Amino acid sequence: MDIEKKLHHLNERLTYIRDIFAGKHNENVRLLETKMADYREREHILSAKDREAAVTTLEDLFGFVERKLEADLTPMDKVRIVRHPQRICLRDILENVYDNYTEIGSKDEHSIDPSMVIARAYITRRQGKKTFNQSVMVIGQEKGHGEEFRNGGSVKPFGNAKAQHYMQVAETENIPIHTYIFTPGSYPVEDPPGAGQQIAKNIYEMSGLRVPVVAVISEGGSGGAEAIGLADRRLMLSHGYYSVISPEGAAAIEGRLREGERASPELIEKCARQLKITAQDNLRMGYVDHIIQEPELGARPYHYDFFRTLRQEILRATDDAVLSVRGFAPFRAMILRSRRKKAEELDLDSVHVRWSLSSSARDRLLAKRHRKFRKLSRHAAPYLRPLSRQIKDWFNEFGWDFYAHFKYDFFGRRKQSVSHALEEIDAEVRVVTSRIMAPWRKLKGKLFNGKSRRQQAETERQLTELSSWDEQDQRGGHWKYVSPRAKEDRAITCPNAAAQGCLDLWAPDLFGEFAGVCPNCGHHFPMEYQWYLHNVFDENSIYEFATELEAGNPLEVEGFDVKIEQAKKATGQKSACMTFEAQINETKLVVAMLMATFRGGTVGAAEGEKFIMAAERARKKRYPFLAYVHGTAGIRIQEGTNGVIQMPRCTMAVRRYIDAGGLYLVMYDTNSYAGPVASFLGCSPYQFGIRSANVGFAGPGVITETTGMVMPPHYHNVYKALARGHIQGIWDRREVRFNLTQALLTMGGPNLYYR
Amino acid sequence: MLDVSKLLDEIQSAPYAELSIAAPHSGLVSFGELAPGGKVFGPSGPWKEKPGTLLAIIERERNKRPIYAAEKGEVMLVHEELAGTFVQAGTEIMRLRHFLSKEEVLSIILKKALHLFTAPERAKYYFIPAVDIKVKVSGPKAITVHDGMELFIMSRMKRETPLNYSGPEGVIYAVYFNHNQNMDAGQPLIGICPPDLVGAVEDAVMRVQTDWKEEE
Repeated sequence: MDIEKKLHHLNERLTYIRDIFAGKHNENVRLLETKMADYREREHILSAKDREAAVTTLEDLFGFVERKLEADLTPMDKVRIVRHPQRICLRDILENVYDNYTEIGSKDEHSIDPSMVIARAYITRRQGKKTFNQSVMVIGQEKGHGEEFRNGGSVKPFGNAKAQHYMQVAETENIPIHTYIFTPGSYPVEDPPGAGQQIAKNIYEMSGLRVPVVAVISEGGSGGAEAIGLADRRLMLSHGYYSVISPEGAAAIEGRLREGERASPELIEKCARQLKITAQDNLRMGYVDHIIQEPELGARPYHYDFFRTLRQEILRATDDAVLSVRGFAPFRAMILRSRRKKAEELDLDSVHVRWSLSSSARDRLLAKRHRKFRKLSRHAAPYLRPLSRQIKDWFNEFGWDFYAHFKYDFFGRRKQSVSHALEEIDAEVRVVTSRIMAPWRKLKGKLFNGKSRRQQAETERQLTELSSWDEQDQRGGHWKYVSPRAKEDRAITCPNAAAQGCLDLWAPDLFGEFAGVCPNCGHHFPMEYQWYLHNVFDENSIYEFATELEAGNPLEVEGFDVKIEQAKKATGQKSACMTFEAQINETKLVVAMLMATFRGGTVGAAEGEKFIMAAERARKKRYPFLAYVHGTAGIRIQEGTNGVIQMPRCTMAVRRYIDAGGLYLVMYDTNSYAGPVASFLGCSPYQFGIRSANVGFAGPGVITETTGMVMPPHYHNVYKALARGHIQGIWDRREVRFNLTQALLTMGGPNLYYR
Repeated sequence: MLDVSKLLDEIQSAPYAELSIAAPHSGLVSFGELAPGGKVFGPSGPWKEKPGTLLAIIERERNKRPIYAAEKGEVMLVHEELAGTFVQAGTEIMRLRHFLSKEEVLSIILKKALHLFTAPERAKYYFIPAVDIKVKVSGPKAITVHDGMELFIMSRMKRETPLNYSGPEGVIYAVYFNHNQNMDAGQPLIGICPPDLVGAVEDAVMRVQTDWKEEE
């Protein structure tokens, strides 16, 4: 019986090897197969003792082959490892790493989203005769071992919302959070609260969580991973991957495949290699802090030693995060940080570190988390400028800080208190005088019929004359910038012509006077970003900064250098993000603009860094901050994790800005999708769409490919986005200037200079 | 009185509708590869979001406007002589033959034979209890309606008002609304048939249901 079990187990190991190498290393697979078959043939003539010996030999052989194959693992093999049903999953970890746990809000498929598992768990540690039960909130995607209803760990928007809720609970309870990332990516349906918007809310929430967070990455698929991945300590399993897109998705883009076509295995393999998705690559680039070594060919549920290692690493990471911000513990901190052999052998189950934090320690934790992410990915987009400029910039920033502090915090506040006191006195005096003067006013009213002659004339004029058109808003069709398409002599058909009966439009009219808007149905044709630069902001008020930051090819993806050079040449820009200061009706603001013309407005390390610099500038100068998205296709996949990490980085910068009392506005034009919408754009409380724009997480093609569902037309249209609650309003292009002025007047925190 | 069987015979003798495709505006015409006898298809997809077969392209001021087939059918005639020439708006450029489906034939017959009573405003509609019981027990055909008869309850936003039938006398041949369903203004609620025509209509409907073959 025991032997049968062992054989069954060996058979599973064989299937596993066959699956993860997908046709490679056939000779090794065949060797194992023949040895197994040999044994089966001889089985009945062997004695019980001989059988045992033969099985042990077989086991040794398996061990040997696995060790041998381990050395030949390619990135794509690792992708197959993490996707395999035999791979460890979150529930294995809950069973084997924690001493006790209760699942919150799920029982198998009966859950708001079975692919997101939340559990309250504790770890028991012993110090001498005392035992300590240390509570944690465990949050992670659950792939299950081939359980269909888990959706392969693709979390739906409400699953992420549940995770957000329990992060807040953990914060209230002052217990650390352990997140386990086992997701190929988020499920891209836009059900409320919206795939992208919910991830954005999660990231925003995590950037301000006042408890230690430790993340462990096994399968880190882009947005889905970031939704629970912003942590103080990020650990990664040695056979995991962490990437911006699945290698298949990258290959489909790289090979320019159309819907339904499949990329060749060689191309997929190449993309997996070029994207630098493995744990070792990510450690080298600094996006994870430590790698947890797995057994040969990846951890499976029977690797009990591995769970022990994982438990030690989790304890170490949590202790380290706590001790790094808390009072006095020099020896424990030293031991935890040391990665020397002796220190690693220390059993952390017998060392006690209390995990709850005081209020000031929580502040330090948060500040440290922000500093940590601010430093990441700088190597991928170095800000090259001469030393003199660096010094000048430093002085400038210091100057703004000092000036703003003096003007708004020190002087402003005193001025405010004086003026408040004067207002009070003034109001009192007015009440008294109005009482005293009441009889006189009554008499005057009786004598002159209540109104002076001048007032009467004014009322008469208002009632009899026609009101005049406000030239300011639409400028009577006289725009300062006119699209070059207006020079073409041709007619254009509005896409709604069949439904709305729009007549053909003459291009010079449409792109000139009409500002790209169909006069019949209001359809907005895409316009160049220059149109906004000239027609929205005050004349000659634009001052560009951080121009030296250039988009590059940090992963040295083959052929991408040429493409990025072409984009720079064609657009005259150095990256897809332009950052500038501008004025609207003399209100100064900082703007970060993503341009669709530069590689689809994708965000890489340089764009992210520029965006952060803009947010920081706005915070230092107490200006409102506008993100104008002329168009963005998502994170630049050729930059791999250098791009993905911009999601938490930029969101944290936005969070710092909003927490400091700033006004962060987002305006979507044309098409805005994926990573940026699911992070630093989607987290804004004030997001507006230009009419006819599309806002969403994944485009219709990607949704069909990943979920098999066909979405109705106009699924991502701004009106749908407004109805689902993703954005807060829809603006007409011709009235953007007016609406922005209006927004500046009615929204925003008290810290803005003009308030 | 309407002769239903004659109407059906008429339809059967020419079981198609002829669609004339005219130029929506002036311009240069160019045709695809369609020839008389060629098959065309109407819009498809769950939301009819994929356009039908491309019939022709009309170019005006360097703007090419495609013309797609709105229904399934067969090309009867292509005005090839117009290819490459400038046509005025409304000029016929092609003619299609659309074969009638079972539903279309039924709708032609019923439209001629029935008087439709339409919903006056968007609301939910119910029969009044006395009528409702009769409908449930012996079917709608058991009810004869006459002008001014109280027949419906119109329910909207929890406000219920009685609604009287107006129109010729007859029996209720068809009911087009369901329980708890909102009906838009102008949508038919019931179809009324003169009592002596009921048999003939039923007969014709049965014949269509069983015998009608849709031509490809």
